[in-house]
Amino acid sequence: MTAAGTVASIRDVSLTYGATRALDRVSVDIPAGAMVGLIGPDGVGKSSLLALVSGVRAIQTGSLEVLGGDMRSDRHRRAACPRIAYMPQGLGRNLYETLSVFENVDFFGRLFDQGRAERKARITELLTATGLEPFRDRPAGKLSGGMKQKLGLCCALIHDPDLLILDEPTTGVDPLSRRQFWDLIDRIRAGRPGMSVIVATAYMEEAARYDWLVAMNAGKILATGAPSELMARTGTDNLDAAFIELLPEEDRRGHRKVVIPPMLEQDGDDAIEASELTRMFGDFRAVDRVSFRIPKGEIFGFLGSNGCGKTTTMKMLTGLLAASGGTAKLFGREVDPRDIAIRRRVGYMSQAFSLYGELTVMQNLDLHARLFKIDTEKIPARIAEMVERFNLGDVTSAHPDELPLGIRQRLSLAVAMIHAPDILILDEPTSGVDPVARDAFWQILADLSRKDGVTIFVSTHFMNEAMLCDRISLMHAGKVLVSDRPADIVAARNAANLEEAFISHLEEAIGEKSSGDRATTPAAPAHRRTAGTPVFGTRRMLSYAMRETVELRRDPIRGALAILGSMILMLVIGYGINMDVEDLRFAVLDFDNSTVSRDYVDQISGSRYFIPQAPIIDYGQMDQRMRDGTLDLAIEIPPEFGRDLQRGRNVEVGGWIDGSNPSRAETVLGYVQGMHQSWLMSRLREARGAEAAAGDFNLQLRFRYNPDVKSLVAMVPAVIPLLLMLIPAMLSALSVVRERELGSITNLYVTPVTRLEFLLGKQLPYTAIAILNLFLLTGLAVFLFGVPFTGNLLFYLVAGAIYVTSATAMGLVISAFVKSQLAAVFATALGTMLPVVQFSGMINPVSSMEGIGALIAKVYPTAHFMTISRGAFSKGLGFAELSGTLVPLLLAVPVLIGVGALLMRKQEK
Amino acid sequence: MDLGNVLHLGIKEIRGLLRDPIMMFLIIFSFTFQIYTSAQSSMETLNHAPIAIVDEDQSPVSLRIVEAFQPPFFTEPRIIGWNEMDLRMDRGLDTFSLAIPPDFQRDLLAGKHPEIQLNVDATQMTQAFSGSGYVQSIVSGEVSEFLNRYRSDPVPPAALQLRARFNPELDMGWFQAIMGISNSVTLLALVLAGAALIREREHGTIEHLLVMPVTPLEIMVSKLWATSLVVLLGTLFALEVMCGQILAVPVQGSLLLFMAGTALHLLATASLGIVLATFAKSMPQFGIMMILVLMPLQILSGAETPRESMPQFVQDIMLAAPNTHYVILSQSILFRGAGLDVVWPQMIWLTALAAVFFLVSLRSFRGFLR
Repeated sequence: MTAAGTVASIRDVSLTYGATRALDRVSVDIPAGAMVGLIGPDGVGKSSLLALVSGVRAIQTGSLEVLGGDMRSDRHRRAACPRIAYMPQGLGRNLYETLSVFENVDFFGRLFDQGRAERKARITELLTATGLEPFRDRPAGKLSGGMKQKLGLCCALIHDPDLLILDEPTTGVDPLSRRQFWDLIDRIRAGRPGMSVIVATAYMEEAARYDWLVAMNAGKILATGAPSELMARTGTDNLDAAFIELLPEEDRRGHRKVVIPPMLEQDGDDAIEASELTRMFGDFRAVDRVSFRIPKGEIFGFLGSNGCGKTTTMKMLTGLLAASGGTAKLFGREVDPRDIAIRRRVGYMSQAFSLYGELTVMQNLDLHARLFKIDTEKIPARIAEMVERFNLGDVTSAHPDELPLGIRQRLSLAVAMIHAPDILILDEPTSGVDPVARDAFWQILADLSRKDGVTIFVSTHFMNEAMLCDRISLMHAGKVLVSDRPADIVAARNAANLEEAFISHLEEAIGEKSSGDRATTPAAPAHRRTAGTPVFGTRRMLSYAMRETVELRRDPIRGALAILGSMILMLVIGYGINMDVEDLRFAVLDFDNSTVSRDYVDQISGSRYFIPQAPIIDYGQMDQRMRDGTLDLAIEIPPEFGRDLQRGRNVEVGGWIDGSNPSRAETVLGYVQGMHQSWLMSRLREARGAEAAAGDFNLQLRFRYNPDVKSLVAMVPAVIPLLLMLIPAMLSALSVVRERELGSITNLYVTPVTRLEFLLGKQLPYTAIAILNLFLLTGLAVFLFGVPFTGNLLFYLVAGAIYVTSATAMGLVISAFVKSQLAAVFATALGTMLPVVQFSGMINPVSSMEGIGALIAKVYPTAHFMTISRGAFSKGLGFAELSGTLVPLLLAVPVLIGVGALLMRKQEK
Repeated sequence: MDLGNVLHLGIKEIRGLLRDPIMMFLIIFSFTFQIYTSAQSSMETLNHAPIAIVDEDQSPVSLRIVEAFQPPFFTEPRIIGWNEMDLRMDRGLDTFSLAIPPDFQRDLLAGKHPEIQLNVDATQMTQAFSGSGYVQSIVSGEVSEFLNRYRSDPVPPAALQLRARFNPELDMGWFQAIMGISNSVTLLALVLAGAALIREREHGTIEHLLVMPVTPLEIMVSKLWATSLVVLLGTLFALEVMCGQILAVPVQGSLLLFMAGTALHLLATASLGIVLATFAKSMPQFGIMMILVLMPLQILSGAETPRESMPQFVQDIMLAAPNTHYVILSQSILFRGAGLDVVWPQMIWLTALAAVFFLVSLRSFRGFLR
């Protein structure tokens, strides 16, 4: 039983991913009706804890009660899930980029089974409250970071949750949007006092506003309590310092407060100068007339949110991007992307710590040293110096992916410094790094600037880091708002701190006090919650189906695969797999040159299969021409052939066939033997009359269904089942795996949608497309390839529709076994092509198969549709003859969907 | 172009490849298992062909015919009635059905030329075609052997001595193994070069390279040589160990010439891979594009079915595909032992295509970086 006043009760909970221990026997009671914050750097287990509380992740060990019930119980989770809202980490991680603002919220409304009128009212209310109403038709992918997070919040609040879980909702968002976001949360809480909120955050300034905090480090809880309590306990005046004090002794060792000595006035030139720098991406002005000058040796900071143009500006300074207007100068020389020399004076560290994960630390340093053309004999010394200075001695043979973020960051800086550049350009170098490592990093920067005179240009979205810079520029929407010393910026605005000052500049730039004021407080919602969730919600299923359709329509590459993929492959196979052997080149080495031998040769020349070439002169030439590949067949007629034949002596005609393609050679062999026989027959007839030549019996050969034995007629009805399995299965597998890879699968975990609804919803649009493909392929077969359709078309189409449903269901089953989209593409190709080509009667009939092959043929749906397709196309069959074959197909559909649903998980493992 | 940079960046590519388990699996799989299975799985064309017989004669000669059909070429013949014959063939149960009329033996001995009917399901292309010949010769053989007991041999006609050159036994496995190598080379060049570029972009390291004193040309050339070297070594292994030792395919011709051709083909195909990678936004999109590009390339190159059998316009279009020329080249050298005097047109084609694809990919690579 949950203790009174707690929303979640966590006891001895541990969680491991492979060898990593994300949570280590965590126990804590989270108070209800309060705003609770989880604080700590990246990778300490905050997100894991939130994922457990929200029910996204399955519990491994320990016990967890949320909203008064055990989260291990499926029944409780089903009951609690409509009362919990979860917003995962990452900007817009649970949103669908190609869907508009309205479509996104609407999708979530449907998942909670709200009717059209209810949805409409709620969406309007939420969009107005968050100020997103004017952008309701804009795709989510084109929103700014702050707007994405507000949209995420709308989606989370659509069902009036009692527990709102937010995982780093404001990381990388500009301070004004951040403030608006928290104001919004405050107003919502005011309207619904009973609602509990749990937030993970990397911003300590924000955490200071919460009611109660949980400080975490390395999978353990360091301390809990109100912010003021934590500060009082550690004797500090801010949470950053308090957090460092709370860390265990060994993690804190070596930490000291960053001290940057004041910059000595230098009379030197500017290291970096930008004037009126502008960059357009299409119509979008990413950087708008930015100007600044950075003297040598200065630490200059760029402060702004994600997407405000910081990175673009830096890329223009390094020559990575060409400027659309204005100039950028380094050391008084204009930046020219083709000027290789200037790059040797610049060190650049990009946002993602772009190190080569496949190389060791040593190899990374070595590669960069060589690329920067450091003298080969000096490289070891320089590397040793870097290793020493950045304290990398213990990890030289490790691979960067195995290292903690803090060390990776130092390595990244070492790599950027290997060639001793005069300018360092650092793009958000400290995101996600813990405070101790961050301070150590800034100490290194201070030394580089003050001792080595390196000019440092750094971007950040942390206020406390900005305070360490000599001068900063505040950036918003591609514009520089102000450039000055941080303290002067604060003073000029009479603000309490840099954040206040920044907000005041932002408000001035946007031209209104705060867009948040325009937003209204959402009305306290009457309890409109749908009483129970139906076992199978058609609305929820259709919600996924509609979303999938819209997404597919807006994704050209997947769309092309869906509509054109099978047509392209059909054309290719139709034209390519032609086993009719014609136009064979043959030549004769005729030693006899009599009327008889010429008659023999004419017999071959007259055949439609052979094209005569110039006669062969001698053995050498025959060898040469066969080797060239210009002859498929060479015939040698011995001297005195005609005479010997007439005298009844033994004669032998020699023939050489090019055997490099055996199946072709086999056919040639058959042709030549046949012609030889019929030539002999005709001679016999001439000599003794028709009666003598007749055989003992006649074998009447009837090639049925395909009297001309055309390979197109035989192949096309077999290729259609192949393609209708391959492409639909691939598309439906991709659609599921894609959600898993992009993270939006979370919506399956945290909303009432069931696995079956999810899968059927995903399958529906692809089945529809596959049926369209069935029509297209059949049309191609009949009208382009001229394959006669002799059977019952309606029956064939109905069977085809059932067959493609089983194909898309097959994709769902495959999707359970693969993790990435790339793997899905290859696994589906393998998992469909092999059984279809080998064991479904495409090449050899099913009745020729034995053992495992025969079993696969019985179970796999394709063999049955292959029979129907051939029967309906070539054999003139319909319902009466083929209905028995339909039964296995009809069975396959529910079985495959059922297996897919069983293999799918409603929680992350 | 700075060759030092090209060398160091290329070494980095190879190190990266060695640590990429999926790509390593693909390389090893393609050059061992894939070639082995394609050589082994190519069954004799006629394997357990299902046959049914309507025997209305029930005479010694008709029994002889029934007993002549045996596995592995045919299934044990199923004795059926007239009424079942069409039904079974409609359902695709039998590829062949043989109908022996009543009084067949009597009419045969009386010289009345009785008629046996052979129905063939011609939708089963592979079996129908080669199998009907077998059935005919088996039936004639049995009948004439039966008759020979009653009369003496007729005059022997002129003989035809047919021999297949370059593959005397017409072993399908030889062909499949060599074409398997050619398919693996094309697949890997395309995938490895494209993936090398996309991997770099997904990790954000491509930008990092560009702020260093290296040019796009150097980056691209380093990817090309690294990819080509790996595939070239794989090809050598496949040829010498898989074909030479394990599958015992007698490989003809000059290895050096074949490797030179392979290198040219690799340069062209890897360049194509880079062009595709610049179009794809992510690895999954690249995977989908592979399906739509690779299958036509392989099916229409002549490695699966003879190029001569394709419509003229397809043959003409496929002249622009490097693997068309590569397939011709490898068949000429490895099967027929042809030298440069024979394959020079293919070498020229490959060189020209490699040059064109390289320039196109350099252009699209530069555009992609902007």
